[in-house]
Amino acid sequence: MTNVSSSHHVQLSNAVDSIAPSGIRRFFDLASSMDNIISLGVGEPDFTTPWSVREASIHSLERGLTAYTANAGLIELRREVSRYLDDRFQTEYDPESEVVITVGASEGLDIAVRTVVNPGDEVLIVEPCFVSYAPLVTLAGGVPVPVPTFMKDDFAVTAENIRSRITPRTRALMLSFPNNPTGAVMNGGALQAVADVVKEHDLVVLSDEIYAELAYDEEHVSTAALEGMWERTILISGFSKSFAMTGWRVGYVCAPEPYAAAMLKIHQYAMMCASTMAQYAALEAMQSGQEEMEEMVVSYRHRRNYFVRSLREAGLSCHKPGGAFYAFPSIESTGLSSEQFAERLLLEERVAVVPGHVFGAGGEGHVRCSYAASMSQLEEAAARIGRFTARVKKES
Amino acid sequence: MTEKERELLLLIEREGRMPAEKLAKMLDLPMNDVKGMLRELEERKVIHGYSAIIDWTKASGAEMVTAMIDVKVTPQRGVGFDEVAERIYRFHEVKACYLMSGTYDLSVVIEGKTMSEIANFVSEKLSTLESVISTTTHFRLKQYKHDGIIFDEDDDEDHRMVVSP
Repeated sequence: MTNVSSSHHVQLSNAVDSIAPSGIRRFFDLASSMDNIISLGVGEPDFTTPWSVREASIHSLERGLTAYTANAGLIELRREVSRYLDDRFQTEYDPESEVVITVGASEGLDIAVRTVVNPGDEVLIVEPCFVSYAPLVTLAGGVPVPVPTFMKDDFAVTAENIRSRITPRTRALMLSFPNNPTGAVMNGGALQAVADVVKEHDLVVLSDEIYAELAYDEEHVSTAALEGMWERTILISGFSKSFAMTGWRVGYVCAPEPYAAAMLKIHQYAMMCASTMAQYAALEAMQSGQEEMEEMVVSYRHRRNYFVRSLREAGLSCHKPGGAFYAFPSIESTGLSSEQFAERLLLEERVAVVPGHVFGAGGEGHVRCSYAASMSQLEEAAARIGRFTARVKKES
Repeated sequence: MTEKERELLLLIEREGRMPAEKLAKMLDLPMNDVKGMLRELEERKVIHGYSAIIDWTKASGAEMVTAMIDVKVTPQRGVGFDEVAERIYRFHEVKACYLMSGTYDLSVVIEGKTMSEIANFVSEKLSTLESVISTTTHFRLKQYKHDGIIFDEDDDEDHRMVVSP
């Protein structure tokens, strides 16, 4: 492909040239080339979207609802999102002007970053985190500043670690709890301490709360619900994780009107609107999907309990993740780097996990294991991880 | 009933063979607590037993015929429907028996090896009971879903990419 003779000289923008492809890519290629692996490397639910939701989308097609919707999304859906957020997390947004339906939370993150970042602005990113945050900041001309979290704090971020990285150029803070990849949650007190620093320095918070429903020990606290935080928070969420709707690509951003209006400008030029049939599916999920979602949450919690205990029995130290569907054990006792651990585990035991360093600062020394897998797979994977860990420890 | 008991019941309702050790890990409880809870739920007859969900159409040579029979009866003074129901459900052919609201009184599920076996039961045993006014027999033609389990589902393949962020 590369030796095609051409008079064209490839001209990439400096911005796109400066970002690296996702570190997950290499593992994807390696794992995809192998048969019969147990994959704990998947960042999405193992459930299929509830039938009522699929059926509603099919029905929307039968009714011929195939045109664009309003740029901000179906007003019925925005009303449901607004009602839901108020009921569940005590955050109030006007469906007419403060809610935008996006193409997944991924698009929400992108337009939120582009809405607040000027070239040269520093954006604090609590890491380890989802792989897109830093590249999105770079693409917007900003400077990502990692704020690491640690196992000793159960991967919650401390106000002190944020404060020590604030400079006159700091513009925003990107938070994501419950967290991918650590499964960490922030309790109300710890989040309040972070909020106090944010207010003191008048920062904007981009709060990715896509895993809000998947909190197993304590109710999730939304950043926007804290005193004095609503006006400075852009809330990013969606349907992918809680309603098992990853492939539909439908999410939302909520923010005070000036921020929402600005995000809507980018969204209307870049996307026009989210997929109409996916929006009808999301509407059904909001109206009738609660019960099935709660069953899925209980199932994740059982598997979390089971798998974390299994990892500890396998000789790895692991904090108890309060949310999402990931365990993030330390593999330091094996003496391997996370990349070596993940690669050898895949090749020698055919279990796929993701090395922690691809999720940023604080990730090295850990691997991400998704427990959105069947119980029998988790059981077998834990046995193989135990065997592997014992073998590696004996080698050294 | 505690929340943990409810969760335990839901888990074993789905998979009755789950060992106590696994249940304990899933519920984040010591194994002895789970064993104690199970014993107590069994004693209280909340748990009546542990059975398998079987697709008899796949067990060649051992296929079963199932009929659902709507039964109208005359209730007895003092004991209502219970006594009639008891006379019916004590037959070992009767797999299930429910008192229903609506146009008939008892719904009786019968299992037999052949249709004629069931027909004989209805005409000789059921219809001849004094309190039985009428019966309507429906033979089950195909089982799509039973106790929450979809039969013949070839849809449990994992369509997800092997690694994703």
